[in-house]
Amino acid sequence: MKGVPLDQDAITADTDTKIKARNVNVYYDDNHALVNVSLDIPDRSVTAFIGPSGCGKSTFLRCLNRMNDTIEGARVDGSLIMEGEEINDPHLDPVVLRARVGMVFQKPNPFPKSIFDNVAYGPRIHGLAQSAEELEAIVEQSLRKAGLWDEVADRLQDPGTSLSGGQQQRLVIARAIAVNPEVILMDEPCSALDPIATARIEELIDELRENYTIIIVTHSMQQAARVSQQTAFFHLGELVEYGPTENIFTNPQDQRTQDYVMGRFG
Amino acid sequence: MTDHTANTRDIHAVVQARLESRYRAETRFRSYGIGAVLISFLILLTLLGSIIAQGMPAFTAHELTLEVELDRELIDPLGDESENSLRQGSFSRVLQNAMREQFPEVRDRRELRSLFQLYTPLNAPRLMNEVIEDRGLIGQRYRFRMPISDEMDLYLKGMLIDESRVSVIGALDITLSGDVAELRASEPAFDGVLADIRAVLQSEADGLAARAQGLQLQADREGGQDADANRQRADVLLARSEAYRTRAAAPDGLVVLDDTLPSLIVEAGGGAMRVTTLSADGRSATADIIVSLETSDRIENWAIQVLETPADRRRASDQQIAWTRALEARGAVTQGFNGYLFSNADSREPELAGVRGAFLGSVLTMLITMLLSVPIGVATAIYLEEFARKNTFTDLIEVNINNLAAVPSIIYGLLGLAVFINVFGMPRSSPLLAGVVLSLMTLPTMIIATRAALKAVPPSIRDAALGIGASKTQTVFHHVLPLAAPGILTGSIIGLARALGETAPLLMIGMVAFIADAPSLSPEGLTEPATTMSVQIYLWYDAAERAFESRTAAAIMILLVMMIGFNALAIFLRRKFDRKW
Repeated sequence: MKGVPLDQDAITADTDTKIKARNVNVYYDDNHALVNVSLDIPDRSVTAFIGPSGCGKSTFLRCLNRMNDTIEGARVDGSLIMEGEEINDPHLDPVVLRARVGMVFQKPNPFPKSIFDNVAYGPRIHGLAQSAEELEAIVEQSLRKAGLWDEVADRLQDPGTSLSGGQQQRLVIARAIAVNPEVILMDEPCSALDPIATARIEELIDELRENYTIIIVTHSMQQAARVSQQTAFFHLGELVEYGPTENIFTNPQDQRTQDYVMGRFG
Repeated sequence: MTDHTANTRDIHAVVQARLESRYRAETRFRSYGIGAVLISFLILLTLLGSIIAQGMPAFTAHELTLEVELDRELIDPLGDESENSLRQGSFSRVLQNAMREQFPEVRDRRELRSLFQLYTPLNAPRLMNEVIEDRGLIGQRYRFRMPISDEMDLYLKGMLIDESRVSVIGALDITLSGDVAELRASEPAFDGVLADIRAVLQSEADGLAARAQGLQLQADREGGQDADANRQRADVLLARSEAYRTRAAAPDGLVVLDDTLPSLIVEAGGGAMRVTTLSADGRSATADIIVSLETSDRIENWAIQVLETPADRRRASDQQIAWTRALEARGAVTQGFNGYLFSNADSREPELAGVRGAFLGSVLTMLITMLLSVPIGVATAIYLEEFARKNTFTDLIEVNINNLAAVPSIIYGLLGLAVFINVFGMPRSSPLLAGVVLSLMTLPTMIIATRAALKAVPPSIRDAALGIGASKTQTVFHHVLPLAAPGILTGSIIGLARALGETAPLLMIGMVAFIADAPSLSPEGLTEPATTMSVQIYLWYDAAERAFESRTAAAIMILLVMMIGFNALAIFLRRKFDRKW
């Protein structure tokens, strides 16, 4: 099946497009994992990717900051334009790209270093702070944005791994924010968390929407419905349907989307 | 559905029925496990126990302290106290004079030579060095300490021969005529030893008779040509047996002692005599004087020392044993810690041999091995694991590394011989060469261990670092390496420990040569001939002298301590650098 089931202009007319994907294909060796995906992701909003396991949603997410480069045998073609720049351009340094497109993973993965060093690592390697005070300010600001400051302000030198799962995930978000990215990719950020921690992260995502473009992969339809403005449904490597979240959940155009959101398969 | 419910009803009974056998299987498996642990523990204990039991005697040694007369004419032939002059001095004469002073009664040349064998001539240069260090000693009397000969050391430790002391009652009258003494005891003091000697003679006679009988039987049975020869041999044996019987019976009232019988040493009046004949009444004997008596009056306090091992079956003569005992009685022989084992390099004389040279050789070799194999191995592993693209070429490299890890170590020795010595002309038997060869040998192990440690770092850490824009190198050096460090360290240290114990390749590159000097702990030391602990053990194990037996075990103990030290370091570093994530 080809392309773009919905009228793209209808979605993107009211907001600026942050990322424009056209005919993106991903191959893992001979396996065609993602087929001709084209969609526009609007700026300063939350876009959710849903779909059954192995449908290609994480693969597409990882295209957006070239994390697929790290996978042996992965090959991406098609066009991914962010702010007029081609993400897939081999001349584009992924290091620069990843400073602009941060990522939060499924399992909280803080470095086995102190809380402070976790957050300070990004600014340090990119040289964002001129002085120690500035670095401290960045760390505090990032932790505040991630809603973690009040909990860890008095123990910044404790290891990041000593925090609870939910706190670790917020620490990881603070770490991503610290380099002041434009886009934050989240790959099932709540799947390893309990409902209370999940609620905190969802709240946080909602707050972060004001300043960042957020793309989240989730298995939970409720989560997609709660936090996102746009939802894309992937199935067997194809983008089946993409549109405003309420449309996808209340009035899906495609039978497969309907079956999935009704819980008939997945 | 109905089938299913029927099954559910039975399930409890079914499970119950099999439960017991399941628990039995578990108990059985546990007992196998405990048994295996116990067996390996016992084996280890036996191994360590036997090594320690064998090696402990080497840590003590008997030393001879002699009052030496540092006669100016002997040691300073040029008379100017210069080093040159002292080096021409005859220090062995000085030592010989000191020994003669102890035993003035020894005059026969052969006996004197035997007396001078109580210490090794290598002590003369030691004395010379002490005098060169301290010229003030020239012309003085000086108390010189030296190790007693290895044979005598073993004897004093009770490891050379079987001996016993017979306590005697009554007094002893001694009549001297030249070197021979007539002994007459007031009580039948020689009865016990006489009975023993007779028993030995008797059993010797019985043994010969039995062999003669066997030969005769064989001759009768087989007949033919061999039979006559066998009968002749049987007759000879019978005659010898008869001779022993006669000696035991002592028809002329005297039992003659010789080299094939236990030796009897009579200690009396500060002297020592070797018994040559015993009278059948057990009251009198004749004896050769070995150490002169201070008194020949009636002696109340005396003893008989029985050297059970006949003189013709041991290297230490009766005289040497008697002299050593006399020196011990005079306080000139003392037992103490064997410092030579640690302060000396290898020597042909066991009493002067030590592990210092081998230890330093091992240290220098390990230094080279470490400096070469750790950086190269770790760098190779990091590149292959983190940076290299997977293709046929890297696959080929990987297969080869795995194969190299399985190559017998002696092949690396051959490589060292063929390439490093013959082509590059590196100095043979040097720690440098040994280090290069051993690092070649350890490299594959080290690469594999490092790659395993890198693989064990969870990919989530790499993702995390890459995800915030760290470069590949930053990811590896900031995050992956610190987490892999404990594993890399452990792998490296275990690889080095294996290299430390390696012997075979070192034999190929000439480390097996006898080297009497310890290498210096300096860059020059790297190219000087040296040996290592493992090779030293091999060399000593092969040595003819019995005293090297315990020294071999002692060297093994020292090497084991080094190994344990290495492994303890590995555990310590692992604990120190281990980080939870």
